[in-house]
Amino acid sequence: MVIEVHNLNYSFGSGALTQPVLKGVNITIQKGEIVLMTGPSGSGKTTLLTIIGGLRQASNGSVLILGQQLVNSTDRDKVKIRQQTGYIFQQHNLLKSLSALQNVCMTLEMQYDLTEKERQNRAERILTAVGLGDRLHHLPEALSGGQRQRVSIARALVGQPKIILADEPTASLDRQSGHDAVEILKQLAKESNTTILLVTHDYRILDIADRVVELEDGVVKAVQ
Amino acid sequence: MKFINAWYFPARLAWRQLIHDKPKLTAAISGVLFACVLVFMQLGFKDSLYASAASMPLKLNGDLFLIHQQSEAMWRPTQFKRSELMRALGHPAVVEVAPLYLSLTTFKAMDTQVKRTLIVYGYDPDTDLLDIEAIRKMKHALRIKDNVMFDEYSRPEFGPVRQMLEAGQNRTEVNDYKVTIVGIFQLGISFAADGNIVTSDLNFLRIFPNRSANDIDIGVIRLHPDAPIAQVKKELREQLNDFVRIYTYEEILEHERLYWENTAPIGFIFNFGTVMGLIVGMVIVYQILFTEITNYRFEFATLKAMGYQHGYFVRMVFASALILAVLGFVPGYLLSNSLYYLAESQIFIPMLMTPDKIITVFVFILFMCAVAGFLAIHRLKSANPADMF
Ligand SMILES: Nc1ncnc2c1ncn2[C@@H]1O[C@H](COP(=O)(O)OP(=O)(O)OP(=O)(O)O)[C@@H](O)[C@H]1O
Ligand SMILES: [Mg+2]
Repeated sequence: MVIEVHNLNYSFGSGALTQPVLKGVNITIQKGEIVLMTGPSGSGKTTLLTIIGGLRQASNGSVLILGQQLVNSTDRDKVKIRQQTGYIFQQHNLLKSLSALQNVCMTLEMQYDLTEKERQNRAERILTAVGLGDRLHHLPEALSGGQRQRVSIARALVGQPKIILADEPTASLDRQSGHDAVEILKQLAKESNTTILLVTHDYRILDIADRVVELEDGVVKAVQ
Repeated sequence: MKFINAWYFPARLAWRQLIHDKPKLTAAISGVLFACVLVFMQLGFKDSLYASAASMPLKLNGDLFLIHQQSEAMWRPTQFKRSELMRALGHPAVVEVAPLYLSLTTFKAMDTQVKRTLIVYGYDPDTDLLDIEAIRKMKHALRIKDNVMFDEYSRPEFGPVRQMLEAGQNRTEVNDYKVTIVGIFQLGISFAADGNIVTSDLNFLRIFPNRSANDIDIGVIRLHPDAPIAQVKKELREQLNDFVRIYTYEEILEHERLYWENTAPIGFIFNFGTVMGLIVGMVIVYQILFTEITNYRFEFATLKAMGYQHGYFVRMVFASALILAVLGFVPGYLLSNSLYYLAESQIFIPMLMTPDKIITVFVFILFMCAVAGFLAIHRLKSANPADMF
């Protein structure tokens, strides 16, 4: 199992203002599986994703990611998980002073064993794969929304992560570019057997999933 | 390799972010440049003050020097009896002693007739108390009644003395006493006086009728060439009265320097100016780094979510500070260089751009930017990835 969450509770605030968001979440995802998660706004999807991605600290239940327990984990453990996870954000979150190529390279600059040339080649290859071979040196502001999101997908994939976590990656895209983007994501992920957990409200892209779950009232339910 | 990459990558990102926003980069560079120029000017004026103040003692030609213990600095000496100096002759290592007389007084410019203050030095020309070749050559002329020599490095308000001498005009008044300028030498002015005149001891007493040959300002002692100066100094110390101080050549230079640094408020003013320049520069750089971090906090949070750690961002902030320091220092140095030149040609204060001054200012600017970076780092805490998405 790549992702194993058991009985996870999470609340915001403290004392009388405590607001429980996750109330005993259970979800297990296998290697190479593509899982889509839907659910009403405010149900805690982003919260769950940030816990799984090692961005937020959970303090009870069990969150096993790639065999690493994240509940009450150290910063060092969380950083290790972050480095093996490709995160795709709702907004593209590209660095606005860097070109598409440089943005993608940022993922690789954490590994010191590659040369500059190797990093550039890998980034170039993945950008070409997402159809941006002719936009390598454009700044984000000179790209369309769909192109930006594809750069962001390339950035998440270039490090060959074991897991991709995506938070409404198509929300700011029109129907066609949204569908293109996830189609590319699916295709590249399947090639490298990468696990994907993707949060979406977008029912037009449900067809890429192996499985769809719903987060409601703080628990995860399967959807047929 | 690992260490280099750990700094190279954040520095490169810092650089890319800095050049992305040109107006802000310009503002930051101007801030550093401003601090840089301010510090260069303060140090320049300070050094030239000290160098100038030391130009006379630097030329003193002797092994040991006597001054009254109440003499704070050479330009305002307290006189003591010549007999005190003569007593030093009793020591077997002493070859020669000679009195130096000096006084501030007015000099009437030959062209404008305006009176300004300068210092008059008087000593027996045969003793060569000042080690200046031009004066040595004129020792016979200086012996003649009412003949004096004029320091060419005096401020221009005293008139174009060299040209007037060449044109045959050489009579003027010093302390309302008519003298003849018979030659020119080069010494340098201090903040105490705007010019210098050298003459013989006898002429000095003519110019200052109320001074007596028995009341001297500085006593110069010459020893046998192989005499141990420190040892002789110690022995003389025991023989002479307590009201005179005995200095070696190095000590009398130090005595002058310390006066300007500590006793006179001037040293403090320059140090204060330097510190103020650095603080202003630091505040500007801090402000820039702070807004930079604030503007980029989403990007930092994104990088954190990708697995970048706190240390990376700390290195990035310091790299930004360093880049700003260098980018501001280079034009700051060039501008200061021109200002030094301007100061030298316009107000006749020698300002030297020495390597140690360049290094000092660069270290100051680096330090200033590093402190600004250090203060700005706390702002990084606001980039928490969990609360950004
Ligand atoms: N930093 C926070 N502090 C306090 N409460 C928060 C914080 N972040 C989220 N919440 C609350 O937790 C609940 C779940 O938020 P979350 O962002 O996980 O929902 P979501 O399912 O992603 O919604 P959406 O579909 O609108 O993105 C919401 O009620 C929200 O108000
Ligand atoms: Mg959300």
